Amino acid sequence: MKPAPFTYHSPRSVDEALSLLGSHENARLLAGGQSLVPMLNFRLASPDHLIDLTRIESLRGIREEGDEIVFGAMTRQRDIEYSSLIAERLPLMAEAVLQLGHRQTRNRGTIGGSLCHLDPSAELPTICMAMDASLEVLGPSGKRTLAMADFAQGMMTTALAAEDMLTAVRIRPWTGRYGHAFIEFARRHGDFAVASAAILIALDAAGIITRAVVSLGGVGPVPLRVTAAEALLVGASAGPEAFAAAAAECAKVDALEDPTYPAWYRQHLAQTLAGRALKLAHERATGH
Amino acid sequence: MDTKRISLTVNGKAYEREVETRVNLVDFLRHDLGLTGSHVGCEHGVCGACTVLVDGVSTRGCLMFAAQADGAKVETIEGLAKDGKLNPLQESFWDLHGLQCGYCTPGVLMSLTEMLREDLSPTETHVREVLSGHLCRCTGYQNIVAAALEAARRYRESGQPV
Repeated sequence: MKPAPFTYHSPRSVDEALSLLGSHENARLLAGGQSLVPMLNFRLASPDHLIDLTRIESLRGIREEGDEIVFGAMTRQRDIEYSSLIAERLPLMAEAVLQLGHRQTRNRGTIGGSLCHLDPSAELPTICMAMDASLEVLGPSGKRTLAMADFAQGMMTTALAAEDMLTAVRIRPWTGRYGHAFIEFARRHGDFAVASAAILIALDAAGIITRAVVSLGGVGPVPLRVTAAEALLVGASAGPEAFAAAAAECAKVDALEDPTYPAWYRQHLAQTLAGRALKLAHERATGH
Repeated sequence: MDTKRISLTVNGKAYEREVETRVNLVDFLRHDLGLTGSHVGCEHGVCGACTVLVDGVSTRGCLMFAAQADGAKVETIEGLAKDGKLNPLQESFWDLHGLQCGYCTPGVLMSLTEMLREDLSPTETHVREVLSGHLCRCTGYQNIVAAALEAARRYRESGQPV
């Protein structure tokens, strides 16, 4: 199908984009278009005004700022994939981005677009939840910063108001002795994941876990943090026993149910993927 | 009707057109420019038949509006053969039966063109990763993979640019 008619705007600055968004009814921001354009084509979305952010140079790029890495909201998934900075400092994200859609969609898809679309199985929101990302938002009342946990309100629903715009994503990389792993299950490479697990564990010299993140994508309406699993891991000796106990917690979360995948299946996947990812993260942390 | 005047190059040739802003790039190529080599399949970015190169990178022609291609350098299947002669990638597909009905082929060849420009010694895994963005309902992909690897070999040996 073809999109319903709209008026197209191509602002060159953030201020211009915000002013267009504030002065038009039923306006939508267009980022990379890899989720919104299918919705337009199917007429699941029919905005009267489409405000294309592509030509706003200041919204694109990855930079280091203090101990954080800052992504402009229009940074393309391709830019993340090819970034040596991300490969070195955010290996969890580097691993996930390769499983995100296909090369042909990563070439245009953006980090900000993925976060604002907030598909439950999307990789970048799951990584942002795992890394406790901060999201910078500009709106009529100025700038504010939201934690990813507060940004993700529900199934494909963010904390953004109609006149708000996500401008940047900030992530503080882990340092020291830690391991990461992102594993997802999809029927075919590049399809929407049925479930995914993002794991980070830090170890002390004796092999005791000092910090742990267990994050699940595709299982709940928004990316989840399994705090019960994280609590079991911290202070435990890294190994099969602790990992099995933490993975078992992942099977207890409330899971989505749909005609293809019952909730028990997603819970089963969550446990299996988390178990595998914990093992892999541990191997990476210890170098074997 | 909301329209925008755009200028772009397609396969090296400059065009300037007034386009309705809701028209996607592949429909623009087919209907306005008469370049019907790029095909329209699913219209939601899954099948890959409409894939073209925009400023050198593979792009779904159904997920980008023509208005967004203002100033862009677009490459399509029509640009691969030169002077009526198939290029090595196309020849490899011919020789190894990399296509049957041919509907997916224009998109497949553009993604493989992008791959070969980056990597003339791709592994089979890499080829399959690139092809994961394309649906082919005829071949089972075996011959497409074989043709892609053969094309890489021919480019390596001939030294011809992709």
